[in-house]
Amino acid sequence: MVMHTISFLVENKAGVLFNVSNLFRRRGFNIDSISVGPIEDQSYSRMTINIDADAKTLANMVEQLGKMVEVIKVKRLDPLRIISRELLMIKLNTIDPIAREEALRVINNSHGLVLDIDDENIMAEITGSPGDIDNFLEAVNSVGIVEMSRTGITALEKGRLKL
Amino acid sequence: MTEMTGSKAFVKALENEGVDHIFGVSGGAVIPICDDLLDSDMRFILARHEQGSTHMADGYARVLNKVGVSLATSGPGATNVVTGLATAQIDSAPVVAFTGQVNRAVIGTDAFQECDIIGVSASVTKYNMQVREPSEIPDAVKRSFYIANTGRKGAVLVDIPKDCTTLSGEMDFDPKIKFRGYNTNHTPKAQELDWAAKILSEAKRPVIMAGGGVIASGASNELVALSELLLAPTANTLMGKGAFPNDHQLSLGLCGMHGSKASNSMVPEADVLLVVGSRFSDRTTAKVADFNPDGKIIHVDIDRSEIDKNVETVTRVVGDAKLALSGIFDRVKAMKAQANANWSNKISEFQINWAEEADKANGYLRAPKVIRALRDMMPRDGIVTTEVGQNQMWAALHYDAYLPQTFFTSGGLGTMGWGFPAAIGAKAARPDVPVVDIAGDGSFGMTENNLATAVEEELPVIVVVLNNNVLGMVAQWQRLFYDRRYSAVKLKGNPDFVKLADAYGAEGVRTETMDEFRTAFRRAMKADVPTVIDVPIHPDENVLPMIPPGMGLKDTLWEAD
Repeated sequence: MVMHTISFLVENKAGVLFNVSNLFRRRGFNIDSISVGPIEDQSYSRMTINIDADAKTLANMVEQLGKMVEVIKVKRLDPLRIISRELLMIKLNTIDPIAREEALRVINNSHGLVLDIDDENIMAEITGSPGDIDNFLEAVNSVGIVEMSRTGITALEKGRLKL
Repeated sequence: MTEMTGSKAFVKALENEGVDHIFGVSGGAVIPICDDLLDSDMRFILARHEQGSTHMADGYARVLNKVGVSLATSGPGATNVVTGLATAQIDSAPVVAFTGQVNRAVIGTDAFQECDIIGVSASVTKYNMQVREPSEIPDAVKRSFYIANTGRKGAVLVDIPKDCTTLSGEMDFDPKIKFRGYNTNHTPKAQELDWAAKILSEAKRPVIMAGGGVIASGASNELVALSELLLAPTANTLMGKGAFPNDHQLSLGLCGMHGSKASNSMVPEADVLLVVGSRFSDRTTAKVADFNPDGKIIHVDIDRSEIDKNVETVTRVVGDAKLALSGIFDRVKAMKAQANANWSNKISEFQINWAEEADKANGYLRAPKVIRALRDMMPRDGIVTTEVGQNQMWAALHYDAYLPQTFFTSGGLGTMGWGFPAAIGAKAARPDVPVVDIAGDGSFGMTENNLATAVEEELPVIVVVLNNNVLGMVAQWQRLFYDRRYSAVKLKGNPDFVKLADAYGAEGVRTETMDEFRTAFRRAMKADVPTVIDVPIHPDENVLPMIPPGMGLKDTLWEAD
């Protein structure tokens, strides 16, 4: 499985996210994640999607997005020339003192932050590449996950490159 | 800036866009607009169902290459517009539908006649938007017209809450509309033209295929010039019918599932196939692997997302068809390539002498002969619309179109019931020429209530009902591929179409011989009321040629076995 990343700028207004997701549904593009937020100019939002698809589907997806009236710019990002990050929030069951110790160790190793802690649970935040997050999840699997939420990846190109 | 109600601003904004016809149905949420329309010179054509009015706007739009306007109320009025929008959108016809909406304060409360038409229409429009303030109305009108009628044309819906029409606002009738994400430059790149010209100039067996984009961009003259320069046999897609004169010696006619012998034989043989303004619909290509297996395909299209979507091409020209064709012409001409007359002369091998064919089979008139007789009586610039199914394919095969914007059909969506209201819209656009809907009994039954509109508005269109009392194309499939098990196709309850026409105040006539048909048709062309000509045909008559589903152009069945 090869994940591809597409970033695009859209008008920051009601209904645009609906139109984008409706396009994906209608054309049968099955995306893995999407992250959205306004940029420095608040009249735009930047969307970043991750998708596992063949070259033809990707090319068509870029063109279909580019055709939308509310989409300003679309770019398929070169995986070798980007930094991509994802944020994970996770709550672990740490009633067992051994589990608690293990959880804290793994969080620490992954440069995570403990956000909340009580007698039964630890809530933590981990930021990293999607691979880092996957590795962390594998490491804490034995501890016991109460719940978790991943933001989906966001990405910027390195150096002078920009969207 | 001028202070006025949203409704008055709406009417003024339409007038500013040069609108002279509005096709619609009134209703609660658009009463203020209809009230102000009384004080305007724009003609309001009242349909009996919003699907009909949207198809009328579509027919009007295609004839004039100008935005067709439809107006409907909220709720069911708006949902009835959806088929019309989907039809226009997939055929790239510039239609703007305005729908009323409930007052802003009650949007989202399931108010009476409320429907989320923005959500509903999103998948069948190029763009849609809801007005949020009365003062946004002039901008919304200007924006919607611009988007509908530029680039790859299409359908736009603008939803207007009722209170935005009754309340006043400061109106700017010359809004500076900004399109940050909308491409407005359709000039092809010189390098793409160079490549296309080079490949074409080296072709030994060139073929051109013209799609609807040639008509939308007004590029027929450029197409003919390039075809003649290359001596390239030229096929048309269903939507491209009329782009290239069917009586030109290089014309191959329709390509695809029901393509002509010339087209379906020569398109796969081409060593270079130039496809202009077509999206390679599955009905045009049939099995993609057999479409043009060994040749080089060059694709010219204004919509970049169509390139390599369905068919792989060796090179492309993205841009307006007229600019692209003239750019390619100039370059090919400069290269002084030798055209291959041996290749183009092959077209004559596929000619069929229709004069020798019988008028009747099994005691009934044959549809191809009726359509050919109709063509002979029509002026060159007469307009034909079709319904969908056998009537459509017979018309595409046997009605020769000589000029662009004279043959219209619901090609992409295949909307039965489109042809008749579209003909009414076409007649409103071109009252000076005969407008004929080539129909089947099934399709005509779907929108026949528009006879009331045609009579009332004195739009004397002609409907030729090829009447086999069956949903003929489905029956043909059942006959050929389902062991003659006819299911859900027999229309035993059809009305007497002659009496039906009479009931509406139109002319109705039944014709059972070619002479009767000719007499009736000539009379209909001179009549000042609409005419329905009922032509009984045999229910077992097949449309041929035909490519069985899943097969390629080389597998075309030419004649019944």
